[in-house]
Amino acid sequence: MEKYLFLGAEAIGQGAIDGGMSGVYAYPGTPSTEITEFIQGNLLAEERNTHRNWSANEKTALETALGMSYAGKRAMACMKHVGLNVAADIFINAAITGVNGGLIVTVADDPSMHSSQNEQDSRFYGKFAMIPILEPSSQQEAYEMAREGFELSELTKVPVMIRITTRLAHSRAGVERMTVLPENRLSMPADPLQFILLPAMARIKYKGLLASQNLFVKLSEESKYNSYKGGEDKSLGIVACGIAYNYLMEHYPNDSCPFSVVKISQYPLPENYIRRLDQECDEILVLEEGAPIVEEMLKGFFDKGTPIKGRLDGTLPRDGELNPDLVAQALGKELSAGFIVPDVVAKRPPALCLGCGHQDAYLAMNEALADYSKGRVFSDIGCYTLGALPPYETIFSCVDMGASITMAKGAADAGLVPSVAMIGDSTFAHSGITGLLDAVNEKSSITVVISDNESISMTGGQDSSAFGKIESICIGIGVDPAHIHTIVPLKKNHDEMVRLFRSEFAYEGVSVIIPRRECIQRAASRKRNKQ
Amino acid sequence: MKSDIILAGVGGQGILSIASVLGMAAITGNLNIKQAETHGMSQRGGAVYSHLRISDQSIFSDLISSGSADLILSVEPMESLRYLPYLSETGYLVTNITPFVNIPNYPDIEKVLEEIRRLPRYIAIDADAIAKEAGNSRASNMVMLGAASPFIDIEYSKIEDGIRTIFARKGEDVVNLNLEALRRGREFAQANR
Repeated sequence: MEKYLFLGAEAIGQGAIDGGMSGVYAYPGTPSTEITEFIQGNLLAEERNTHRNWSANEKTALETALGMSYAGKRAMACMKHVGLNVAADIFINAAITGVNGGLIVTVADDPSMHSSQNEQDSRFYGKFAMIPILEPSSQQEAYEMAREGFELSELTKVPVMIRITTRLAHSRAGVERMTVLPENRLSMPADPLQFILLPAMARIKYKGLLASQNLFVKLSEESKYNSYKGGEDKSLGIVACGIAYNYLMEHYPNDSCPFSVVKISQYPLPENYIRRLDQECDEILVLEEGAPIVEEMLKGFFDKGTPIKGRLDGTLPRDGELNPDLVAQALGKELSAGFIVPDVVAKRPPALCLGCGHQDAYLAMNEALADYSKGRVFSDIGCYTLGALPPYETIFSCVDMGASITMAKGAADAGLVPSVAMIGDSTFAHSGITGLLDAVNEKSSITVVISDNESISMTGGQDSSAFGKIESICIGIGVDPAHIHTIVPLKKNHDEMVRLFRSEFAYEGVSVIIPRRECIQRAASRKRNKQ
Repeated sequence: MKSDIILAGVGGQGILSIASVLGMAAITGNLNIKQAETHGMSQRGGAVYSHLRISDQSIFSDLISSGSADLILSVEPMESLRYLPYLSETGYLVTNITPFVNIPNYPDIEKVLEEIRRLPRYIAIDADAIAKEAGNSRASNMVMLGAASPFIDIEYSKIEDGIRTIFARKGEDVVNLNLEALRRGREFAQANR
C-alpha cells in the first residue's frame, strides 16, 4: 500500500476530503493552518469544487460550516485553540441544535505556546459542549478520524471535535489512504424546528443532548481508538491520552510495557476501561497533553480513591507540552545526559524580516510618540507583535484578536489621550471593525494604525479578507474621511509618516492611518511562483 | 536500523528541504519515518529545528529523547550547539561553518568553532563555498546533507533518488546541481571524519 508522507494537519485535510466533505471553513492560525492549505492545494477538492476559501474569522467559519450541515452536506471548521474562543458562541449552540450533514470542528492546541498567547486545552470546550472528542495519537489516526468523523457526527447528531496539538499538527509520518467516500446530497433537516433555539424549543433540544450522553460514553467504550492493555505489574496503571500515548510507548519498544495502559483517543472517557484500571492497579498515572482534565476527573474533589499521579501532584510539570524525557522521568526511568550547551550560544528570537513595512511604521511611530509619555500603543496578534521587542519596543499590549482598538478606546475613556492602536489588515477584518465602530460612535480620541501588508503573514501569507476594502470599511462605519490616511511605509517616506502620525495623534477624535506595502515574504513567493 | 536526526538552522534557511529529501528516501526505502517541524512564529528568523526519525521498526514519539540523537545536522554553526543535549555519546555533529548573523549579540565565530572542535565527533564544512564550486551557493543545504550522509543509515542511492523526486519539478539542471552538491559534501565528510 502506498504511503503518503503527511503532516498531522495534512492527514486531517486528506481524511476530510476522503470522508466526503463538501466544505472546509477556517481562519489561519498556527498550528491549524496547514489543514485548509492542504485542501486548497488538493486535486480532488478542486474537482469536487469543495469549498475551501478562508473565512473572515473563526466565528463566521463555524457558522458557515453549520449552514452547510443544515443543508445536509458534510463540513469541517478548523481553527487554533484561541480561535475557538472567537467561535465559542456558535460552538456551544451547535451542540444543542445538532447537525444534519456531518460536522467536524478541528481545533489545534499549542501547549508550550510556540506561536500563541496561551495554552488553553480545547477538550474543556468539547466537554463543555458535551459532544464527542477525537484526539489522534498518530497521523494515521488523524486521517481516519477526519474521514470517519462525519459519520460519527451524523450518527450522534451533534458536531464532533477533533483535537490535536502542535506536535501532531506539525510532524510528518507515512499515512495510508482508504477509499474515497461520496459527498452527501443536498437535504433539508427532518425536523424543520431543529435549528430554532427559541427557549421553548432549546429546552427540548438541550434535554435531548443530555440524554445522548450515555450513547457517547458507549461509543467511546466501543471505539477502535480507545483500548485497554493489561500488564503484569499492578503497582501502576497508566491513562495515556492522544499523543501522550506515543511518549509512553517510546520507552517500551516491542510491547514491553509491564503496566496496564488505557489509551484514550475518543471522549467522553470510556468508563469501562477506567473502572477496570482503578480496580486492578495501586496507583494511576495520567499522561495528557495540555491541561490536567482527565487527571482532575479521576482525582475528584476529595481525592479519596486510588492515588492519581500527573500534572497536579508534580509528577509532571503543570504547564507546557509533554515530551519523551518528561514521561521517562514520570516513569522513574533514567535519562541519557547528552552534551551541555556552551555559554557562547545566544538566544535567537524571531524578528521582523529585513525590509518589512511594519519596521518603517514603527520607526516613524516611535519618533512621533517621543513627545508623549510611554505606554500608549496597544497592539494585536500578528507579525507586528514583534514590535514589542528591541529595537522597536513600540507596543504595550497583545491580548486577543482585535483588542488593540478596543483597549485603546478604553484607555482613552480613562483619560489616556491620545491612545494608539496598532493592528494588521487581516486582524482588523477578523475582529477590529466592531471595536472601531464603538470608537466612532463615541468620538474617542484614538488613532488606529492599520498596518496593511495585504496578507495574513505570520501564518504564511494567506489572503486577507479585507484586501482592497479597508478605506471603504472605515468610511462605511463612519470614520471622517479627512482623518483616514494611506502612506507607503518606506524609508524615503519616513519624515512624511512622522508628520502624519504627529498631526493625527493630536486630533481629538478617531483617525485611521494605513501604512500599506505588501509583505516582502509574500511578494517574494509571488515572484518565485511566477518564474 | 534507526537514525534519529536533529536538523537545525535559522527560520528561512530551508532546513525542511533536507528533511523532505530524507523523508522521500525513507518512504521509498520502505522505512518508517516521523519528522517534527517548526512552523509559525519562529520561522521569522528565529532558531528552528526538526526532529527526524527513521527506522525499520515502529516509531512512536515524534520527538527524540535527550542524549539519543545519532546526528545533529545544522546549516548554521551556532545553531548546531543549541541542541547538544540531544546528541548521544556516540553521535556525530555535522555543521556548516558560515554564520547567519541576524542578532546584535552573535558571538565571536572563532569561539563558536572552538566549541564545535571540542566535540569527539564532528564535521565542520564550508557548505556555501562548496556549493558555489558545485555551481550555485543555493545548493548548500544539499552539500550539508551529503556531508551527513555517511552517518545516516540510508543507502546513498536512495538519497540521490530523493533529490531527483523532490527537485524534479525544477528541471534537470537543478537536479544535477543538487546531486553534485550532495556528492561533494559526502566526499568532504569522508575525507575529514
